[in-house]
Amino acid sequence: MDNFEEQGKGGEGVSRRGLLGAAITGGAGAALAPLLGNRAAAAVPASSPSAPPASSAAGMTLHVNGQAHWVEIEPRVTLVDALRDHLGMYGTKKGCDHGQCGACTVLINGVRVNSCLTLAAMHTNEEITTIEGLADGDRLHPVQEAFIEHDGFQCGYCTPGQICSAVGLIHEGHTKTDDQIREGMAGNICRCGAYSNIVDAVKKAMKVS
Amino acid sequence: MNDFSYSRPTTTTEAIQTLLSHPDALYLAGGTNVIDHLKLGVVTPSQLVDIRHLGLDKISTDAQSVTIGAGATNSAAAYHHEIQTHFPALAEAILAGASPQLRNVATTGGNLLQKTRCTYFRDIHSACNKRQPGSGCAALEGFNRSHAILGTSDACIATHPSDMAVALTALEAVIHIQDQSVVRTVPIEAFYVSYGEDPAKENVLKPGDLIVAIEIPRTAWAGHSRYVKARDRSSYEFALASAAVAVDVDAGKIRNCRIALGGVATKPWRAHAAEAALVGQSATPVAFRAAAEAELASAKAQKENGFKIELCKRVMVKALQEAAEMRRA
Ligand SMILES: Cc1cc2nc3c(=O)[nH]c(=O)nc-3n(C[C@H](O)[C@H](O)[C@H](O)COP(=O)(O)OP(=O)(O)OC[C@H]3O[C@@H](n4cnc5c(N)ncnc54)[C@H](O)[C@@H]3O)c2cc1C
Ligand code: SF4
Repeated sequence: MDNFEEQGKGGEGVSRRGLLGAAITGGAGAALAPLLGNRAAAAVPASSPSAPPASSAAGMTLHVNGQAHWVEIEPRVTLVDALRDHLGMYGTKKGCDHGQCGACTVLINGVRVNSCLTLAAMHTNEEITTIEGLADGDRLHPVQEAFIEHDGFQCGYCTPGQICSAVGLIHEGHTKTDDQIREGMAGNICRCGAYSNIVDAVKKAMKVS
Repeated sequence: MNDFSYSRPTTTTEAIQTLLSHPDALYLAGGTNVIDHLKLGVVTPSQLVDIRHLGLDKISTDAQSVTIGAGATNSAAAYHHEIQTHFPALAEAILAGASPQLRNVATTGGNLLQKTRCTYFRDIHSACNKRQPGSGCAALEGFNRSHAILGTSDACIATHPSDMAVALTALEAVIHIQDQSVVRTVPIEAFYVSYGEDPAKENVLKPGDLIVAIEIPRTAWAGHSRYVKARDRSSYEFALASAAVAVDVDAGKIRNCRIALGGVATKPWRAHAAEAALVGQSATPVAFRAAAEAELASAKAQKENGFKIELCKRVMVKALQEAAEMRRA
């Protein structure tokens, strides 16, 4: 098993791991134990199948915008929910929640992903960057500047995702033409239809980046 | 979403063992299909076994083939120089699918195993033989504009949604599958099974089986291959009809070709009838059209998807034309 982060709060996670190892894997050994909570492992007696699953929240450290955050959440918590509901970082927007709109786009180790289709627990050893982490103090990121300059939004709901996506796109380095920008930004839907300004903004940002 | 536990094994043996001892556990790769289904209640696993830390993300090449690790992301495969140069249809097919964000996490193995986008499959309140065997098929009398015209049965008419798998079918990829004791290889055409009575059974995987790699042989035609995809909008949409085509043309005559279709069939569809009609023929639009007619002769339309028959023929002809032109270039 990876050295999954369970330290940080009085070593509670360590004993949890030991407990789960014994409860679930039997002879297979602790190495195969689930790292985070489990409904099968919870002491729900077989005679009460309707009993609600015991809370399986477990502690983990998420590295967001250069800061380590300790959170106690269940494995089923998606990254977007961890950011918004547990870390109080509302910059990342929840749109369709099924990977179809791109509003929740964040960068993980510099790579753009949909934070709604990934679990927070999958990213404990990675660097997560959200819209809140792009500016350098009071100085906006060049992509943010370009979106303002070219009016790359109307209502603004898709904007954090658009901007994170554009940062990822520029970093990937496969994009040169306007058509390639359109295709490369296709994972971000804008209901206001600010697309032409978004293309202009990305083009500008590509020049200055 | 139901409650579940999460584990992160670091060896393939550990991962397989965990699946075998927890029959209702699921492998978690990129998660873009599994997590979607968790939210819909389509799957309710007791445990997700994260297979992203097994060292399965390598792409390696030798004189005979290119081997893509099952954990390599769709982006990594699509932008790999060797794949772009020698297997262009594969790079094009991957880039024609999903969005950059999704491709950055989606894996080769997960892509092959993604489930149909049939609305009724994704709605746990609908009858669906694929999700709940024996419950019926709501699509037969329901909205079936996007459904299959080839390989359907009275039990299910859902399409296989993957673009990548269509290109891999035309390129005759071989799937490497690991179980408790050995790694076995299965040609992609044999990997996906026909629906028959049980549409829930889509492939030859047994419980615990882990796809570890996909190997693509180098051939005289793979380098001259194209992927053409028709859909309702120009990007970020599943195929209504698609074709992956690889041709070996010599002095205007087709020496060899491989054709596979997507968006129209219950599995990535190898177009054997079209291939047979083309070998030895001149590479002309007339021959391409005749081949398309031969393949689609067995197509069966539902209430709303009859348009796919003609659409698919045109997509095939376009792909063949483009691939044949590459040869001349
Ligand atoms: C909005 C949207 C649009 C999309 N558009 C397209 C499109 O146009 N074309 C297209 O082709 N696809 C499209 N996709 C689907 C996308 O390509 C798949 O979701 C993705 O490829 C799945 O890969 P994954 O690694 O995320 O799989 P996961 O979700 O992690 O896994 C999928 C399944 O495979 C199993 N699995 C994964 N890896 C292995 C392995 N190595 N061995 C055994 N079992 C394994 C898992 O248990 C699970 O059952 C779209 C998806 C979304 C959400
Ligand atoms: S077409 Fe297949 S997947 Fe769709 S409802 Fe019918 S049985 Fe289910």
